[in-house]
Amino acid sequence: MTAQDNSIQTHPVQRHVVQTYNPRDFHRQAHDALENPQIRANFRKAMDGLMGKRREVFSDWDLETLRELGANIRQRALAKLPDLLEQLEANCEANGIRVHWAEDGEEACRIIRELCEARGAKSVIKGKSMVSEEMHLNEHLQSAGIEALESDLGEYLVQLNQQTPSHIIMPAIHLNTDEISDIMHDKTGTERTRDVDYMTAAARQQLRERFMSADVGVSGVNFAVAETGTLCLVENEGNGRMTTSVPPVHIAVTGIEKVVEQLRDVPPLYALLTRSATGQHVTTYFNMISGPRKPAEHDGPEEVHLVLVDNGRSSIYQDDELIETLRCIRCGACMNHCPVYTRVGGHTYGTTYPGPIGSILMPHLLGLEDTKDLPSASSLCGACGEVCPVKIPIPDLLVRLRREAVGEGRGNVRGAGVKRSKREVAAWKGFQWLATHPSAWRGGTAVAGKLRALTPSRLGPWTEYRTAPKPAKVTLHSLVKRHRAKGKSITPQASSEEERS
Amino acid sequence: MTPVKLYPPKPDKVYLFGTCLIDMFYPEAGLDAMQLLEREGIEVLFPDDQTCCGQPAYTSGYQSEARAVAAAQLGLFPEPWPIIVPSGSCGGMMRTHYPPLFAGTEQEALANEVAGRIYELTEFLVHVCHLRLDDRGPPEKVAMHTSCSARREMGLAETGPTLLASLGQVQLVEQVRAAECCGFGGTFAVRHPEVSAAMVEDKTVAIERAGAERFVTSDCGCLMNIGGRFEHQQKAVKGEHIASYLWRRTS
Repeated sequence: MTAQDNSIQTHPVQRHVVQTYNPRDFHRQAHDALENPQIRANFRKAMDGLMGKRREVFSDWDLETLRELGANIRQRALAKLPDLLEQLEANCEANGIRVHWAEDGEEACRIIRELCEARGAKSVIKGKSMVSEEMHLNEHLQSAGIEALESDLGEYLVQLNQQTPSHIIMPAIHLNTDEISDIMHDKTGTERTRDVDYMTAAARQQLRERFMSADVGVSGVNFAVAETGTLCLVENEGNGRMTTSVPPVHIAVTGIEKVVEQLRDVPPLYALLTRSATGQHVTTYFNMISGPRKPAEHDGPEEVHLVLVDNGRSSIYQDDELIETLRCIRCGACMNHCPVYTRVGGHTYGTTYPGPIGSILMPHLLGLEDTKDLPSASSLCGACGEVCPVKIPIPDLLVRLRREAVGEGRGNVRGAGVKRSKREVAAWKGFQWLATHPSAWRGGTAVAGKLRALTPSRLGPWTEYRTAPKPAKVTLHSLVKRHRAKGKSITPQASSEEERS
Repeated sequence: MTPVKLYPPKPDKVYLFGTCLIDMFYPEAGLDAMQLLEREGIEVLFPDDQTCCGQPAYTSGYQSEARAVAAAQLGLFPEPWPIIVPSGSCGGMMRTHYPPLFAGTEQEALANEVAGRIYELTEFLVHVCHLRLDDRGPPEKVAMHTSCSARREMGLAETGPTLLASLGQVQLVEQVRAAECCGFGGTFAVRHPEVSAAMVEDKTVAIERAGAERFVTSDCGCLMNIGGRFEHQQKAVKGEHIASYLWRRTS
């Protein structure tokens, strides 16, 4: 297809042939990403920028107090979740918002498709929604002959490039300016340029027409307020407002955990969300959707629907440790600060939600059979837990899922025990035996020291990048005995440098 | 964020929990920690039956094995003396993970009691000993690598640098992204070797670019990882445990 075939205004969105990544292939995908200097550079630069912005915007805040408040608000909402969901439904319905319940992604897709079909809809414009990614809504609608076009700029680019988002807040963060220029040139016929304003303006023009002609708008929800039946939508581009107000039908889709109790719970969470996500004090748009167009009003949709999706969340809810996963407000700070995510990028994880939050959430959505490498893909450095605005103990939950994966947990996660191997169990049992038999430990470590010359210089992957550690000639246990025998005023015979070499 | 800890006055005696990595690979760091404490007039008790805190099994998901190993350490510190651990990672395991690990077991109270007496070495030297150091070493540019466990789990980002800064001849240089993980992470380095390698590569480059002739750390896992990477590339930058570095320059 040449540039001439596509006029800027009317380019067709190609049928979704999404470039796929699979969590089962984490290792291969990580290898590919690590070998790709462009990916490495794009993520490093973007994550450094995001970390810096967050640090700056929180510098004059009592962050710990705010995080505590955020965690409490989310925890309180989860503690009352069944009641709040009923209250939300009642208040939404009273506002004229039709509420639908979906047990899984498939059911949610079906509900949305049927709502579209009931209106004879052929085109859907979408605001950003990770839940819709989670349930593969676009593919579903397209297979029913309904075109779904992403309107968030990053999502739009990713869709043009036939990819999936690599970050939950910045879907196209894996692309740099030149790559974006190429994609827009190839798919929409714009000039090749490094002029970001030109490209943004072109995308805006391309999308504007689609907002006007779309039959249905689909958006996500950041906070669903039970007390008032209000749907809050946080965004920067105005595409959320267009999506939810221009087409005759607005369908909001969200996970059941996004509910908060009261309107006054929103400002602290909003403050935490924007600062943690992009380092902004406020976003350009904050939408509060409280129903369809009323008789005297001139604009707004004729119908508003809310689709509440479970898709594995209620099983997380049953577990008093794992429930903390559901506090998440989807800011993405955990990925921005994750040294693993920064190196391998979002696609490597092969899941809708990448990075630390994805590694504790996706096993519940997909099962541990498919995601068994994700909980271990962390050095447990704690950076994610440190920045989480609602204080999700992500490292502890990663360890909990490691436990489940090797069959030493509660067994209530799908695929529990999938990583259990006789060899590894035997190794840890051996470690346990040695570490609980002190004289055997002392004997064993002493022998290892004596045989240090026999230590292999190659120790699997470790020594491809590092030298092999060699056991010291004399263990600490023995050094302490010698030290005691010599009395306490001795000077060490050899400096540590000499001893080691 | 670790809650503000009220530090006790300097005790007459302490226990030293040497850690398995120090025991096997860096024993001089354990001895040097002991000598630093003894020079402050503290008697150091080294329970001979100590082995490992259990962390490797714990972070791999082998909870019952970890608990058994941890349980074997709990009885080694019967007197109410502080327990000094020359590692943020083992210290973090004992201070923050022992209580939940033993919750609901017969040893719960003992585990909580032991956890409450855990101090990382540099924490203890700074906040309890108020250590004063007389630097006798040559001028040197040094980078501190504070382990993630010391920094985040134990809230000790400052104690290592504070000690190094008090050495008159040492110029403390800061590498970019000093707070970022070196990529060790225990079994992480084995399960995800390529990602770990990318992380340690960045860390060594950062330390070298900062102009450091040496890096000092309070964790032997990081030492093995970063030092092993430097050595593999035959770089001049050497690594050392902070206990050894402090003792060597002031004894």
